[in-house]
Amino acid sequence: MSDFKFEKGKMVPVPSHSIIPERDIGKTPVLECNHLGIDFGGLRAVDDFNFTIGKTEIAGLIGPNGAGKTTVFNLLTKVYTPTRGTILLNGIDTSGKNTVQINKMGIARTFQNIRLFTNLTVEDNVKIGLHNSKKYSTIEGILRLPSYWKTEKAAHERAMELLSIFNMEHLASWRAGNLPYGAQRKLEIVRALATDPCLLLLDEPAAGMNPAETAELMENIVKIRDTFQIAVLLIEHDMKLVMGICEGICVLNFGQVIAKGTADDIRHNPTVIEAYLGKRGAE
Amino acid sequence: MGKRKISKNTRQSFITYGVVIAAYILLTVLASTGALSSTFKGLLVPVCAYIIAAISLNLTVGVLGELSLGHAGFMSVGAFSGATVAIALKDSVPSEWVRLLIAVIVGAFFAAIFGFIVGIPVLRLRGDYLAIVTLAFGEIIKTIVTNLYIGKDASGMHIGFLDGDILERGGKMILNGPNGISGITKISTFTSGFIIIMICLIIIFNLVNSRSGRAIMALRDNRIAAESVGINITKYKLMAFVISASMAGAAGALYALGQNTVTANKFDFNTSILILVFVVLGGLGNMLGSVISATVLYVLPETWLRQFSDYRMLIYAVVLIAVMLVTNNSKIRALVSRLIPGKNKDKEDEKNV
Repeated sequence: MSDFKFEKGKMVPVPSHSIIPERDIGKTPVLECNHLGIDFGGLRAVDDFNFTIGKTEIAGLIGPNGAGKTTVFNLLTKVYTPTRGTILLNGIDTSGKNTVQINKMGIARTFQNIRLFTNLTVEDNVKIGLHNSKKYSTIEGILRLPSYWKTEKAAHERAMELLSIFNMEHLASWRAGNLPYGAQRKLEIVRALATDPCLLLLDEPAAGMNPAETAELMENIVKIRDTFQIAVLLIEHDMKLVMGICEGICVLNFGQVIAKGTADDIRHNPTVIEAYLGKRGAE
Repeated sequence: MGKRKISKNTRQSFITYGVVIAAYILLTVLASTGALSSTFKGLLVPVCAYIIAAISLNLTVGVLGELSLGHAGFMSVGAFSGATVAIALKDSVPSEWVRLLIAVIVGAFFAAIFGFIVGIPVLRLRGDYLAIVTLAFGEIIKTIVTNLYIGKDASGMHIGFLDGDILERGGKMILNGPNGISGITKISTFTSGFIIIMICLIIIFNLVNSRSGRAIMALRDNRIAAESVGINITKYKLMAFVISASMAGAAGALYALGQNTVTANKFDFNTSILILVFVVLGGLGNMLGSVISATVLYVLPETWLRQFSDYRMLIYAVVLIAVMLVTNNSKIRALVSRLIPGKNKDKEDEKNV
């Protein structure tokens, strides 16, 4: 398990599984996974996954198809309960929490196959993300008390503000299911951001985007990190995106971490090349 | 500030209010001028009750996206609790309006309790369990009411189950087992029915256009995504279902107090399906559609199509199947979406996370 040190008079854990140790030392990690693993029957989908993300780090999780990347996301958000190991979020153990509680603790995610509320408008999708931050009771809503009007106005303004990250304000009254593919991906990110997370998990955010859209997305991910001061963990197959913006990269193959490090380390790591291209490519 | 933009939802709700108010005014005028036949006048209160039942079921089926096959069971709970209270209070509360108000509130309250009891174990599960359990619930309620005896005598209220011999000499039976409740003073009026419809519509529209309503529709559209943004699934499912059940209870009380006699057999499985037919034909999530289809489908077999009324369930079954086939046919849906833009619905794959 991790060591502890004193910081501002408080005991804080020193990250023990950092991707880039020299960069993370002295920072409290947002997320820390220790020996995380899950079995599906006899299959070890993820095994001994050790991983740390710093407070405002952009990290990448890559690997061939079926490596267990999305399973890691599902473990972090408690869609699956881990068989082994612990997940610490801002130093707090998340075992025994469910998906809803994990979101309230600060993890928001997007999905590989887009999961929007397709029959609702774009604005309502974002407002649903604001569910736990812009609150009023059901009775206040039904009776249309002043708190309803006040909170709805605040929610509308916040939703528009969040949509403006991707310049999508003009789409606010569209039905989410009718949006073009790229916009749907962006809307998912906006909805995740609306829940006010400290860690944003993006599952293949650039899938199905053209090079220009991908370049724009890269800029926006960095912008989101800088404005919201949050950590981002992303799964992506687009190596240009991963190598371009990820400060730390973790490579997964058959549920095992085969390499961790900066983009340059990964690019020249023989094990990684072997995993992607096979034995002859490594020669 | 400039003029406020009216959203599509708000417009839809005001159209519905407008249609209901217009229909009320029209029918009141017609009734007062004597243009309505007595058969027609007798249908006004039951139609109101079935409209309320239909819009409340639409909250469960259309907005929440769960199937309930025992909505008549909640009507039954509301009808018998409401009517019992109304009869018991006959001497102590002289005002008919106050007595009806109490009866409707009691009916809604008891139905809400039953909705809660049914919902709490079932709505935690994923899948179509609610349909199965509500189906059983409707039958259970029917059997219980058939064997329930409630009476009043000099020493107060008595309740008996299976055994009707509960009263001292001079007591009066209120709920008499299989014979149901008879000798009800008709205190439900068209106006009271109209007011309850309006209250239910306002509650549903205001709910749907609020934070809780969005949460309910979010978990209907995509449960996994709703959980991932921190929405408590069980809480909102239960909320929608309990509200829906309590409205059905109010509808039941209104219905019972507009009849001379009510028996448990009135609220059987066929009635549940009848209400479901109103909702499906009116359009899932479309309240105005439910109002119109409940009115038309209830009035037609009772008046002009009287000679065919024996075939009512047969015809409804055929119509229901036809609607299902037509709305699920991709070619017809493509045609509809070409005629009415923004009308195509896409199915989600729930299996892959």
